Amino acid sequence: MAVPSFLARERTVARPGFNRWLIPPAALAVHLAIGQVYATSVYKAALVAHFDTSLTAIGIIFSLAIVVLGVSAAIFGTWVDRNGPRAAMFTAACFWSAGFLVGSLGIATSQLWLVYLGYGVIGGIGLGIGYISPVSTLIKWFPDRPGLATGMAIMGFGGGALIASPLSKQLLSWYDPGYDGTAGTTASGGSVAGLFLTLGLIYLVFMMFGAFIVRVPADDWKPAGWDSSMVKHRELVTTASVSAGNAIKTPQFWLLWVVLFCNVTAGIGILEQASPMIQDFFRTGQSSLVAPAAATGFVGLLSLFNMGGRFVWSSTSDYLGRKGIYMIYLGVGLVLYVLLATLGSTATWLFVLLAALIISFYGGGFATAPAYLRDLFGTYQVGAIHGRLLTAWAAAGVAGPLIVNRVLDTQGTPGELVAGNYRPALFIMVGLLAIGFVANLLIKPVASKWHEPKGVDAHTSTPERSAAR
Amino acid sequence: MSSTNEGTPQTSTHTPAGLIGFAWALVGIPLVYGLVQTVRAASALFTG
Repeated sequence: MAVPSFLARERTVARPGFNRWLIPPAALAVHLAIGQVYATSVYKAALVAHFDTSLTAIGIIFSLAIVVLGVSAAIFGTWVDRNGPRAAMFTAACFWSAGFLVGSLGIATSQLWLVYLGYGVIGGIGLGIGYISPVSTLIKWFPDRPGLATGMAIMGFGGGALIASPLSKQLLSWYDPGYDGTAGTTASGGSVAGLFLTLGLIYLVFMMFGAFIVRVPADDWKPAGWDSSMVKHRELVTTASVSAGNAIKTPQFWLLWVVLFCNVTAGIGILEQASPMIQDFFRTGQSSLVAPAAATGFVGLLSLFNMGGRFVWSSTSDYLGRKGIYMIYLGVGLVLYVLLATLGSTATWLFVLLAALIISFYGGGFATAPAYLRDLFGTYQVGAIHGRLLTAWAAAGVAGPLIVNRVLDTQGTPGELVAGNYRPALFIMVGLLAIGFVANLLIKPVASKWHEPKGVDAHTSTPERSAAR
Repeated sequence: MSSTNEGTPQTSTHTPAGLIGFAWALVGIPLVYGLVQTVRAASALFTG
């Protein structure tokens, strides 16, 4: 699929002297925009009332967007690598913005299927392309600090919700004077349609800014004073290239898929239930020691640790190595989960501390994955491989809530649950983390039979050619 | 951080510091706004 010449990869190759510190804000412009997907709870109740439907029917909008994210990242990953970040970011901006506009039309005309199509499908494609679009470019600009580079971008995805949530509340209160953002007031459907329209236009401008300042490094570019031979001293770090088509034939890809799936499923287990969970852990009879406002504060705190973990842990992985940091995410995470299940209800501060650390590992797992892929498979088609790996996220997005909700359904009625009712679900997560830990332990360097011949590059060769070897 | 590009005949460029500052401000200001709002919400955990 050809792209217009102004988006072509060749037009984005940086000239000597270009400052690479212009690339992280380009990546952040995209990830801060698409991170809005985690702020949908702001208008969920308004949409339930507007469409006179169930929370489940509205929840499908978000679930659909995440599933389409995973699928489109897998499908379009190779296209993204071949055509470069500007074409990818431009396309992501168009889809993400169009998703909001079609969704706005659906709300304004009271047609829920249009919201599914708009935000869920069209917007979901924008999410998938947008999520992977700057990652491989950052890795190429920061070969000396790939963990820091991917951490910066993927931190933006966590940060996007932090911005969109208060911004959406503010915009809704402007469009509907009867809504003040507090519990008990619900925004009108018309104001949510206006919100979608506004966000669609803001994100279009924001993402286009990123698309037009992004550049790719020339093939022979390297940071001043850095030698590529320096990356060879770690066992798992390769200087060879593996195509996306071949990567998915290796055990390393599927072991990492299992690692990401287990880490994300375990994290979602807490994230999905955060607000009721902290109240249930400290329930005495019909009331809880933790008030609803404090529970909302807990959700905010987890968002901060989710975002911070993406940057801090991914950057730390540049020193500890990717395998080492995942041993911490999964091994220490496992211990923290056991402590949460057994001692979590003894003190609020302990519960908050354990949950916050677990969520920081969840965020870290997302942000470190592309750098791990780069170590194993090289930079050649790392964007396309990352896209395929994100199917683990889509699968975990279904499995995590399913496990927790199913277990809790068997334990009692919402509003009457106590800490002990969560233990079976938490111990399932412990088991998952143990599986992930073993999978990470089994990751070894990729066999040389999968390496591309020297001198290939992602935008002139095709995965079909290399896969046919 | 400066960078090098060895062995290419391309003319070199200079990225204005103002552009880098503007780009970082454009993403940094909304992020700080979101962080402040979230810290305020999170503070309810310790006061609410």
